Amino acid sequence: MAVERIDDREIHPMENLLRMDRMPHIWCPTCGIGIAVTAFTAALEKAKIDPNMAAIVSGIGCTGRVAGYVKLDSFHTTHGRPIAFATGIKVANPKMKVIVFSGDGDLMAIGGNHFIHAARRNIDMLVVCVNNFIYAMTGGQVAPTTPLAAYATTSPYGCVEPPFNIPYIADSSGAVYVARYTALHVRRLTNALTEALNKKGFSVVEVISPCGMYYSRINRLGDGLDMMKFYHDNVEIRHGEDTKNLDIGFQTKIICGKFVDRERPSYMERYNQWLSEVKSTRKNLDAPKGAEGEG
Amino acid sequence: MKANPKDVLTGVYYIDGDVASGYGALAAGCKFVAGYPITPSTEAFEAVCHRGPQVGAVFIQMEDELGSISAVMGAAWAGVKTMTITSGPGYSLMQETIGFGAMLEIPFVLLNIQRGGPSTGVPTKTGQADMMQSRWGAHGDYEVIAISPDSPQEMFDYTIKAFNLAERYRCPVMIMSDECVGHMTEKVVIPEADKIEIEARRMYNGPASEYMPFKPDPDLVPKMARAGAGLNLYITGLVHDEKGHPVKSANYKSAHVRRLVDKIRLNKDKIIELKEDGTDGADVIVVSYGISSRVAVKGVEIARQKGIKVGTLRLVTVWPFPDERIAELAQTTKAFVVPEINYGQVVFDVARCTHGKANVVLVPHGGAGVHNPSDVADAIEFAAKHESPLEGVHEFKTRLEKSVFEGGLKLKE
Repeated sequence: MAVERIDDREIHPMENLLRMDRMPHIWCPTCGIGIAVTAFTAALEKAKIDPNMAAIVSGIGCTGRVAGYVKLDSFHTTHGRPIAFATGIKVANPKMKVIVFSGDGDLMAIGGNHFIHAARRNIDMLVVCVNNFIYAMTGGQVAPTTPLAAYATTSPYGCVEPPFNIPYIADSSGAVYVARYTALHVRRLTNALTEALNKKGFSVVEVISPCGMYYSRINRLGDGLDMMKFYHDNVEIRHGEDTKNLDIGFQTKIICGKFVDRERPSYMERYNQWLSEVKSTRKNLDAPKGAEGEG
Repeated sequence: MKANPKDVLTGVYYIDGDVASGYGALAAGCKFVAGYPITPSTEAFEAVCHRGPQVGAVFIQMEDELGSISAVMGAAWAGVKTMTITSGPGYSLMQETIGFGAMLEIPFVLLNIQRGGPSTGVPTKTGQADMMQSRWGAHGDYEVIAISPDSPQEMFDYTIKAFNLAERYRCPVMIMSDECVGHMTEKVVIPEADKIEIEARRMYNGPASEYMPFKPDPDLVPKMARAGAGLNLYITGLVHDEKGHPVKSANYKSAHVRRLVDKIRLNKDKIIELKEDGTDGADVIVVSYGISSRVAVKGVEIARQKGIKVGTLRLVTVWPFPDERIAELAQTTKAFVVPEINYGQVVFDVARCTHGKANVVLVPHGGAGVHNPSDVADAIEFAAKHESPLEGVHEFKTRLEKSVFEGGLKLKE
């Protein structure tokens, strides 16, 4: 997409897809969310998505603010509900391309139920889940993704709960496309998002992101650059890996790649097929409830 | 505009209030319903699921009430008329998103078939104890519209009205029905489509670059838009300016939230619908809504036979509340008697508006049943004979309360 220069200032290459009047954004230095957004906007272009027919829905939290910076129809909803809200958009207007962009706490804790059910239904949407292992917006509390033994302000002696393995949940709930990359893997991430945008059905891309302000500070892991070095040294790309092997421990190896890419009829495909079958085989559908003898 | 004939099941039916409300929603042009089954509202959801496909309405049974009301919000922004249906605990779960809907000025209808609470309560029996929750249920300041039908016919008629009000004022509209009306089966006449007045969504049709989702028209209501129209909508539950952009200053906060409240308060004369009978010169006025107004009819009849001048004021619209009318009637009447299936909710608003000019008597009921009309009659008689001012809201001791508590619970020393 060509960007017209209106003056001599430097123009962000994704200006057409970002709300430049909302900059500077709220994210901390060394945060990976901005990288995820850049990869996403690049993917929108590569996937040739019509921005006028795409909606981006976020929940609450650091990643919850993404919708407000992307120049699509943007919805910043309630905590945990972006997938349910996006389901409403998609079902009411199936022509829309719907993207949910939110964090691990929003999607996997308070919104976990909507995640698994949207995957089960195979609602045609892309879910980008930025996982920074912690509740960062509220100041560093333990999350359902915090690795065992990692510190957070509400796990001051180390996290005692095993974390969710997001790709495994997505896979077992029925997602048709599941990938994971870190904020270091910009090109691979962009490619995965591009593929996922063109995939029909419930697609999940997990983006492991450094949180320099909380997760790595509380756990004394250094700054954002140190986290990037950690990803560089400890990420293993294993496409097609069985998703049950994708647990992330505290400072352990992180397996990235594309794990699931399969076909299942989407919710609206099934809905419309069912509808046409019902209309062609059942008579007297206009009768009031109960009057047709089939209950 | 008139209803679309395809959406209207014109005819005479013998159906219950739940089903009538479902048919009313479709007649009003509702094209998306998300719900989660919960007694005693399930029949309304079933009716929509059954008939929805014939009129091009999509329904989805979500994984919980949080999901169903959130999906309704999304669908409304996708450009269609929407509704969700619930009861009891489901209604409590929806409260946060009702506030979100008020904040985003989303037109939607919520059918609440009230049941006995709190908690699981008595799922299969009636209650009217969600009335204050319907007004104050979510955090923060906002106003909603609440309607309380008292028959299956009204469930049909007022569901349409609820949709019209939601579109007119871009706000949540609650149909605060109850199990009795929801499960009451009566004759329902569904008129021809051209007899049904439908409020079209007030859509923005100016240049895309100039659209401001929260810039109000002179009546304080902004024009609606939809996703997928090239408007780059920015919609957030944060306090926002007219463009929809988040803002934090006290000035903006006041300007924004004040308008959410005032677009209902200042338009309330156009919103409120009351049904009055014999209130002029009445010694006692029975104020009621929903099923309690049906029961009160008999109580009023008994009292009138005893020669008491009784008027009735039925709150078809419970919220916004008719402050001025109650205050006006308080000047001429001796007392208000308020039967409701709770331990005092709407009665306190009645008392607030009397300014001490008339006595206020609550006829309580704990739920899982309706009032004995004799209690309403006795309360009317008591109020008519009681000459001195009663302090606050006087709670009338009903037969049920007396039999259960022998005159009331007392703290033990």
